[in-house]
Amino acid sequence: MNTATHTLDHHDGHGQHPTGLLRWLTTTNHKDIGTMYLTFSLLMFFVGGAMILAVRAELFQPGLQLMKPEFFNQLIGVHALVMIFAALMPAATGFANWMIPLMIGAPDMALPRLNNWGFWLLPPAAMLLTMPFVLALFGIGDGAVATGWTLYAPLSVQGGIGVDFAIFSIHILGISSIMGSINIIATILNMRAPGMTLMKMPLFCWGWLVTAVLLIITLPVLAGGVTMLLTDRHFDTHFFNAAGGGDPILFQHLFWFFGHPEVYILLLPVWGLMPHVLSTFTRKPIYGHTAQVWSFIAIGVLGLIVWAHHFLTAGLPVPALLYFMYSTMSISLPLAVLFFCWIATMWRGAMSFETPMLFAVGFIVLFGIAGLTGLVLADVAADAQYHHSYFVVAHFHYALFAGGIMGVMTGVYYWLPKWTGHMYSEKLGKLHFWLTVISFNFTFMPQFFLGLAGMPRRIPDYALQFAEFNAISTVGAFALGLSQLIFAYNVWRCVKGGEKASDKVWEGTSGLEWELSSPPPHHSWDIQPVIKTP
Amino acid sequence: MTTLNPRTPAKLFAGTGLMLAAGSALADYTWNFPKPVTPIGRDTLSMHNQFMVIITVLFVVVFAIMVYSMIKHRKSNGAAPARFSGPAGALQWFWVLVPFGILLFIDFVLMGIPAFHAVIDMEDTRTKADMVLKVTGLQWKWKYEYPDSGIQFVSTLATPREQIEGKEAKGEHYLLEVDNEVVLPVGKKVRILLTSTDVIHTWWVPQFGVKRDAIPGFLRETWVRIEEPGVYRGQCAELCGKDHGFMPVVVRAVPEAEYAAWVDKKKAEMAAAAAGGEKTWTKDELIAAGKAAYEKNCAACHQPEGQGLPPAFPALAGSKIVNGPLLSPEGKLIPDSHVDRVMNGKTGTAMQAFKATLSDADIAAIITYERNSFGNTKGDMIQPAQIKALR
Repeated sequence: MNTATHTLDHHDGHGQHPTGLLRWLTTTNHKDIGTMYLTFSLLMFFVGGAMILAVRAELFQPGLQLMKPEFFNQLIGVHALVMIFAALMPAATGFANWMIPLMIGAPDMALPRLNNWGFWLLPPAAMLLTMPFVLALFGIGDGAVATGWTLYAPLSVQGGIGVDFAIFSIHILGISSIMGSINIIATILNMRAPGMTLMKMPLFCWGWLVTAVLLIITLPVLAGGVTMLLTDRHFDTHFFNAAGGGDPILFQHLFWFFGHPEVYILLLPVWGLMPHVLSTFTRKPIYGHTAQVWSFIAIGVLGLIVWAHHFLTAGLPVPALLYFMYSTMSISLPLAVLFFCWIATMWRGAMSFETPMLFAVGFIVLFGIAGLTGLVLADVAADAQYHHSYFVVAHFHYALFAGGIMGVMTGVYYWLPKWTGHMYSEKLGKLHFWLTVISFNFTFMPQFFLGLAGMPRRIPDYALQFAEFNAISTVGAFALGLSQLIFAYNVWRCVKGGEKASDKVWEGTSGLEWELSSPPPHHSWDIQPVIKTP
Repeated sequence: MTTLNPRTPAKLFAGTGLMLAAGSALADYTWNFPKPVTPIGRDTLSMHNQFMVIITVLFVVVFAIMVYSMIKHRKSNGAAPARFSGPAGALQWFWVLVPFGILLFIDFVLMGIPAFHAVIDMEDTRTKADMVLKVTGLQWKWKYEYPDSGIQFVSTLATPREQIEGKEAKGEHYLLEVDNEVVLPVGKKVRILLTSTDVIHTWWVPQFGVKRDAIPGFLRETWVRIEEPGVYRGQCAELCGKDHGFMPVVVRAVPEAEYAAWVDKKKAEMAAAAAGGEKTWTKDELIAAGKAAYEKNCAACHQPEGQGLPPAFPALAGSKIVNGPLLSPEGKLIPDSHVDRVMNGKTGTAMQAFKATLSDADIAAIITYERNSFGNTKGDMIQPAQIKALR
């Protein structure tokens, strides 16, 4: 067959693509799939948020007002699973789908059909996770998983059908993430434009490359762990039952071998995009590109060997306590390199503070609090006091809301004009930023003090000395939740129309993605660009 | 050592918060750990204070530099962007490596060394231990045993249901009060052994600076030396199911003489309870005692009227098991019968083996009560002596 004709036919074929719903069901286009990931993520962000607002409403005052403890326990666990697996991870994957091919000059992802499948596994997984809530309304089962997202055995062995639904949901989500990761690794390693060596590759791609490797290493361990849980529940195995020669702590090892790297899985894509944003709005090159690449790798490697600091009160032997304490502390070193590079990128630039830059600065400061409290948490003796308390809850929300979600919002505001071809409303964006930052701190700062004062996490009711801080936190949480409606409106408004965005969008941008039109054509980089050595 | 108070930076914020929260007047504000009363607790607090100072300084210094840059290097100030993208020359490399060196020092010397000693100290449960307390977590109560004197009892939440549901005013120690407090002597090193019969629980008293998981099938340990008499309150800290928020820990620390008196009193109580297991009870006595014991031990799941919370917690009213035969004709235990369930529990569920925690009299009374209440009309009864024989 004549190759030229084939190419031509191939291109003509695009005019006949299905439209409407069928387009989205069958699409293999990285931009369409990226859009679906991001839309799904936004939707689930509100689902997970609604759950936790119900929890905060119950915690507004001491006493049980709105719900039974059983239902409270379901809400906290499903909130976490939804936010982590259905909101944050898909958002990062959506970014990867949209931006990696544009950034490295590839026409699409390496495995477009796998890509479609990876996305379409998510809605059924999310449905599985939340279905027990609905089933319980019809008298089937006793609701969703009520063990917290950590699913600790033997509590999860004891639990109702919600646990089984959660296990299968995790299996599906895991398969989806592994397929996404394979695709990203294949794309990055094989489809970079000529001249773009790995060390010249944009940091966002680097952040994702390390993330994808971490996912492939750790997700099978989680899948194995929850499968062992499943067989303990239904087939009389005794992996986690001491009476049968098993060990409940084994589950915690398996879970956190995944769970700790998961924190970096959620954060690395954000750390990857941050330098691009900072460089754009300081109009200055990224500081320490190579150092940041090596920091990503170092954090990835260290992240794999510190898991037991999530259960330092479980009674580990002293040598293990010391090892996990010092290895955890050492993560502060590569992380400090990142902070140093971010601030050095800003130093002596010419800064302007559009919404993405505001979110980036907010991210750096608040994520700084997460990093510093994390350093203190590593200390075994002090951890005995912080652990299982609201101090930890506050710490990881500084990491995952201020670090993860505000990081994602940075990316959305930064790239939205490129994706849609329109500028979002700067006024609404800034309003959203300030409301988010203020209400976020109102929500979570009091939780540090609650933890220090001795309030355990995951309790539906509390002693009277915790009342004031809980009330403040609840007011903050509702303000925080409502502020996000501005975000959704701003995004919707920008998709619909608005001021035309230029190809470069921002004055200080550099990189291949900004050479394409805004929005980029359905198929971009049909002819590979060549990166010239400077 | 600097003991800059880590509360200060938060005060401004908290002040605003207080105004918002006006209306609840039960203010007993703590911005930090509650007052520690053990060596470990004091050590932890001073370490925590020191670390908070360190991280506050780091935070302020790093972000002061950033804020300075944000003010100074703005486009609107006419700043022209520099072009550098990494350290150039020995001097710049030096300045890049200085913060790295400082952080290494903070991690592994300034914080690392005291942290090392604290860990060693915290885990030294055996050296010169004066006595042992065994703590067993059960859904959702704590069982305490004193191996030296043979004392054992179960400690459950004493806050009335009405307070939790808002039908009564909440008491001073709402949710942090129990029926049987643990009593420990002041000044003695108490080695605490922990385990659980069902799921993982965590024993935590904030003022002791001690928190340790109670894991089913394993023993974990920790220790306390309480330095001041007083009542110290804490809670279960690991999600352990429905009533995780309702299993407080209350420890009363008393001088040694008072402790000895308590031990004698407790021993006498236990002897009296054992005597109750010997005598023959009437059905009415058993039902009356059974109602009280049921409400304390069973009602949280099976509900006061026996309707349960299906499917996790089955109803006892009209239950096949409760209305089944009591014992086999030879007086032996029937597998999966009512008596078997109460005594041996059901594995894989929250139904625990109550023979581990309840006396013969309590078990006999509860079984008799259940068979003659909630519309169940078996009309039969079981004597404590029969339970004793079945153990």
